[in-house]
Amino acid sequence: MPAAPVRSIGLQFDQVDKRYGAVYALRNLTLSIAAGECMAIAGRNGSGKTTLLRVAAQLVRPTRGSISFCGGTGHPKPQIGFVGHSTMVYDELTAAENLIFFAKLQGVAEAKTWADELLREVGLEDRKDSLVRTFSRGMRQRVAIARALLAQPSLLLFDEPATGLDAESNAWLTEHVRKLRDTRCTILMSLHGESPMARLATRAVRLEGGSVIADTQRGAMFQSIFAAAGC
Amino acid sequence: MTKRVLFGVLAIGLVACAAYASFYVAPEERTMGAIQKIFYFHASTAWAGETTFFVCFLANLLYIWKRKPQFDWLGVTCAEVGAACITVVLITGPIWARPVWGIWWTWDARLTSTFVLWILYICYLLLRTLVDEPDRRALMCALFGVFAFIDVPIVFGAIRWWRTQHPAPVIMGGPGSGLEPTMKAVFFFNVLAMHLFAAFLIVERYFLEKTKHDVELLRQEAEAR
Amino acid sequence: MALLSKAAVLLGKEVRTEFRSRELLSTTIVFVLVVVVVFSFTFDPTTNESRRFGPGLLWMAFLFAASLMLQPCFLREQVNDTLSALRLAVSDPFAIFLAKISANTLFLLLTELLMLPVFAALFNVSFAAQLPGILLTFFLGSLGISVVGTALAVISAQARMRELLLPLLLLPLLTPILVVSTEVTIRLMQPEPYMEWKGIGLMAGFDVVFLTVLWLFGEYLLEE
Repeated sequence: MPAAPVRSIGLQFDQVDKRYGAVYALRNLTLSIAAGECMAIAGRNGSGKTTLLRVAAQLVRPTRGSISFCGGTGHPKPQIGFVGHSTMVYDELTAAENLIFFAKLQGVAEAKTWADELLREVGLEDRKDSLVRTFSRGMRQRVAIARALLAQPSLLLFDEPATGLDAESNAWLTEHVRKLRDTRCTILMSLHGESPMARLATRAVRLEGGSVIADTQRGAMFQSIFAAAGC
Repeated sequence: MTKRVLFGVLAIGLVACAAYASFYVAPEERTMGAIQKIFYFHASTAWAGETTFFVCFLANLLYIWKRKPQFDWLGVTCAEVGAACITVVLITGPIWARPVWGIWWTWDARLTSTFVLWILYICYLLLRTLVDEPDRRALMCALFGVFAFIDVPIVFGAIRWWRTQHPAPVIMGGPGSGLEPTMKAVFFFNVLAMHLFAAFLIVERYFLEKTKHDVELLRQEAEAR
Repeated sequence: MALLSKAAVLLGKEVRTEFRSRELLSTTIVFVLVVVVVFSFTFDPTTNESRRFGPGLLWMAFLFAASLMLQPCFLREQVNDTLSALRLAVSDPFAIFLAKISANTLFLLLTELLMLPVFAALFNVSFAAQLPGILLTFFLGSLGISVVGTALAVISAQARMRELLLPLLLLPLLTPILVVSTEVTIRLMQPEPYMEWKGIGLMAGFDVVFLTVLWLFGEYLLEE
């Protein structure tokens, strides 16, 4: 795990809308996430989970409203790690080449050493010189997570990270998220149903129609948030 | 609605007056005769087209900055009206050239550049039909519109330089060059009339685009239910 | 500068990926060859005619090849959503454009340089004496094609009929490059060759203007 302490950040969604034509992916979303919180986001397909995470990552520009960050290094663009539906790595490069490339891009010192260490951490040391194209889904997910952790992010975003993973990879992932949560990194993870990973969360919200309809911070029951998601 | 109708009547009326002035008020040109009179219509429409494209450029910039759909509607409206004006220019040019020069077309600097300008805005309109999501379409078209407008003076400059290397017959002298006072007055009256007519077309097309947008929103809301 | 160093890292990745597969370069070179051969059937290539029409045909072949070569530029980044990873990693999206433009310019230049001796042999013209001038012309022309083409590749990647759309949008915008570079190349191929500096200036101006426009508006091109 990273040697330096992670400076976690909080984020604030302020009346955020994201519209695609007449369809609202997010509608008047107001949400405050404290630094170090590990939040699970539940909801059906199309409820706005992916859009919420991509807005938080500043990949998607809201139609209305804004998001802001507090705490951290004070840099206007905080270090964000994102693990999405796609692996966001290059199939035609090796695992090591991918990590070294992204590490250099993000200005990480001693990119090669750090990439090797991360690959060891995610259990891909033996396959580091193989092309990502040859990896299984589970292995690709590990590379994706290694990529997300390269710059020691203050904010980690996981979009249904367990999709397509077998039981062993799932267990590995859950353990990793637990370790990250314990370093006080701010984590947002969208999940389908209740699972060991969901139980790591310190807070859970449920989205429907692009808005938050239940929040454990406001008295909702953890089980009910996931039960009602009905996936 | 009444204001729009009145504006339309004014614009069409002015065009009619300008046509009358071109045929009956302006004297006949010494060497070319009556066919020269197409110049009043041709050049004034060209100016109106260029003004319209400038407004399109401003609308594109404003959309990129403010993201209000109204600027997108103004952009597509101006592009369409501008393209229509330049179509007229490209047709009236050869109509004049044929009896005077014996040729329909020549690749002189101005005609060639105008042709490229026309193609650029046709491409803009084509691009609009090929992006489905409305906000994406508006942004991509606005950005292409900015590229296209900035390219236009470079196109004119490059082709004019190219033509200095390979001289060709010049279709029509510059507007106002060698025009006697009455002709000049008729010309500028035509310019005013064509600008007002273009403005009228823009207003009507803008409201059509607005209605299209409103109908599309209603349709999507109905489908979502 | 952070911008240039990030662009350099990105450029390294682009070059490494392409030289590993060489699929883009090889298909582009063969395409230019095919276009040159096909065009040569349209006129009898005596030396004088080759000098008059050759440069135009050569630049048209490069333009057509570029409009196909630039297609995968951003489509590749959509496969695994690596564009999002790049946007997260760099604070200034212009670094992404700089890298893509540099890579495309490099690949285009390589294609042009490989085609030059083939063209010289097929049409019995000589470039040797004017090589520096030719290189400068090719560089400025390729840069102009890459700047505009890279920007339009982003736009066409988000539209339908993108294979047809990119050449359609690109070719009219690149009229100044085609016209001026052809003229400059013709001058360099004459029996008494000379450097048309005004044309060089026009091409450099085109490149600077569109690089600036891309610097100002590039982030909106990549926006979601």
